[in-house]
Amino acid sequence: MEKRVTFRGWLLPILLIAPQIVISLIFFFYPAAQAVWQSLFIPDPFGLSARFVGLGNFEFLLSDPFYRASFFTTALFSILVTAFAMVPALFLAVLADRLIKGSSVYRTMLIWPYAVAPAIAGVLWLFMFNTRVGLASWYLGQFGYDWNHVLNGGEAMGLVVLASAWGRISYNFLFFFAALQAVPRSVIEAAAIDGAHFWRRFFTIVLPLISPTTFFLLVVNVVYAFFETFGIIHTITAGGPQQSTTILVYKVFADGFVGQDLGSSSAQSVILLFVVGLLTVIQFKYIEKRVHY
Amino acid sequence: MANVVLKDIIKRFGSVQVIHGIDVSIADGEFIVIVGPSGCGKSTLLRMVAGLETVSSGDIFIGDEAVKDKEPMERDIAMVFQNYALYPHMSVRQNMAYGLKIAGVPKDEIRQKVDEAARLLELTLLLDRKPRQLSGGQRQRVAMGRALVREPKVFLFDEPLSNLDAKLRVQMRLEIKELQNKLGITSLYVTHDQVEAMTMADRMIVMNEGVAEQIGTPLDVYEMPRTLFAAQFIGSPAMNIFDARVEKGQVRLGKIALGKTKCKTGAVKLGIRPEHFIPAKQGKLKVKLKIAEPLGANTLIYGEVADTNLPIVISLAGVHQIDGNNDIMGFSVDKAHIHLFDAPSGKRLAD
Repeated sequence: MEKRVTFRGWLLPILLIAPQIVISLIFFFYPAAQAVWQSLFIPDPFGLSARFVGLGNFEFLLSDPFYRASFFTTALFSILVTAFAMVPALFLAVLADRLIKGSSVYRTMLIWPYAVAPAIAGVLWLFMFNTRVGLASWYLGQFGYDWNHVLNGGEAMGLVVLASAWGRISYNFLFFFAALQAVPRSVIEAAAIDGAHFWRRFFTIVLPLISPTTFFLLVVNVVYAFFETFGIIHTITAGGPQQSTTILVYKVFADGFVGQDLGSSSAQSVILLFVVGLLTVIQFKYIEKRVHY
Repeated sequence: MANVVLKDIIKRFGSVQVIHGIDVSIADGEFIVIVGPSGCGKSTLLRMVAGLETVSSGDIFIGDEAVKDKEPMERDIAMVFQNYALYPHMSVRQNMAYGLKIAGVPKDEIRQKVDEAARLLELTLLLDRKPRQLSGGQRQRVAMGRALVREPKVFLFDEPLSNLDAKLRVQMRLEIKELQNKLGITSLYVTHDQVEAMTMADRMIVMNEGVAEQIGTPLDVYEMPRTLFAAQFIGSPAMNIFDARVEKGQVRLGKIALGKTKCKTGAVKLGIRPEHFIPAKQGKLKVKLKIAEPLGANTLIYGEVADTNLPIVISLAGVHQIDGNNDIMGFSVDKAHIHLFDAPSGKRLAD
């Protein structure tokens, strides 16, 4: 049976998809077009006039060592956040999958961090690792480690990665857990009879069977690391020290709204647009081939 | 290859006991069918032999070795699941080779064994396919192949044919039996289908509510059912069961005397198989005929015992027509085909 609905006229279908299209046009395409347009100008600091510079903004950006450093920072940050958000989530899901009693309580508790807004999560972690009054930094001090993410770029990066990945573990956990539950019991049992121990079963049977979920989460988490971590970075490090946690999105904000260089900021947005587009295409083209649906 | 001994197997889930002490000793190379209605504990019993369920009390021996506390992988068994449980991301060849690969068998040998099993099961052309590209019967064969490449001591089958259509089921039934004959590997086969049990088993275990009602060859169970349950479960259509009485050494169904017996006077359950009624003008058993179902080779007649409203099913060879006017027809029954069971306990009474 044909599952699609066939319409006779064209008015009703247009009406039905109109809200989606209108929202996309107003909130996505219009700002994106604005960004592309603005990236070709350099406005004066008061926003009263703008000078057309062609690709000048892009030229300047690509030769700017700070901007190139931000690319590297973003790559490192995204890889770390994705890894720290996905691997522990999978591990926790595997543990929960084996639970029989109390699994709903365990699951509910694991989901809580997801409900915490990024900025709040950032402040939370900031308090814990505050160099003067933070609980975590005090304990580290007891072990003789002098924590100071305000001065140490590596520690700053570690902290924002931790804070960004933390809330995300819940989200990933939910998906992994559902995927694990969907793996047929009898397939696992067949593997057990075939002689495979738990971890062998996990790597040769379970992991391939949940790969569609893993792939989906990979895409979603990378996008998250690129864009949605802004609040956390803003509250914890504000991109510092010395731009060591300035990822591309943060630089768009910092240059545009703090530095008042809207032309450069727009150019950066355009570049970011291409980078993310490219990443997604690569993910779908190369990684998806290895996924078993 | 090995013998299998189950000693007083009991299984509890929490406080609920589902299997109440099963004792059976299976000879090397024997094909045992565990048959019973759903929920009777037959699959649980099989899974305990496989090591997928723990045993609450009792012992399991495979080849004289106690395996109760061993992991499935240490028991040297292979199992065919109802839904086949093939690894969906692996090709047929990889599916079959998985166990051997884990066992560390050299690559050439794996290749050779898989090829051999594939030839035996006519899977050679399908070796590079994924399970989702196969039909039900082919998947079933792959599951069989995966089990037999490992040359286990015992084969376990958990309702392997119930997802197949009727025709394929008959064909696979023969194939499995043939294969088992050829390989001579001790097999335990769980099914709810009494025809499968009758045709495949060397011996069958008739299970009901966690109890082995009868353990014996198919014909034993058919001819001498030990309990009312076994009598009704085995045979199709099911045996007619009537509330009857023994009076003065005579079996009486209402006013009809059906023959002598040594049983004590009192209420009994009387069992007669549909195929054991013989049409006879002078037959003592008068039956009011209601509906006939001609099946070609035989005809099933549904009716009532005259002067009562006891329903009765009779199977006669060949084609018979009835005209639906509640005709009365006489039947006689050979005394050897009368089964008597104790009314409360359902145990067979000595003839």
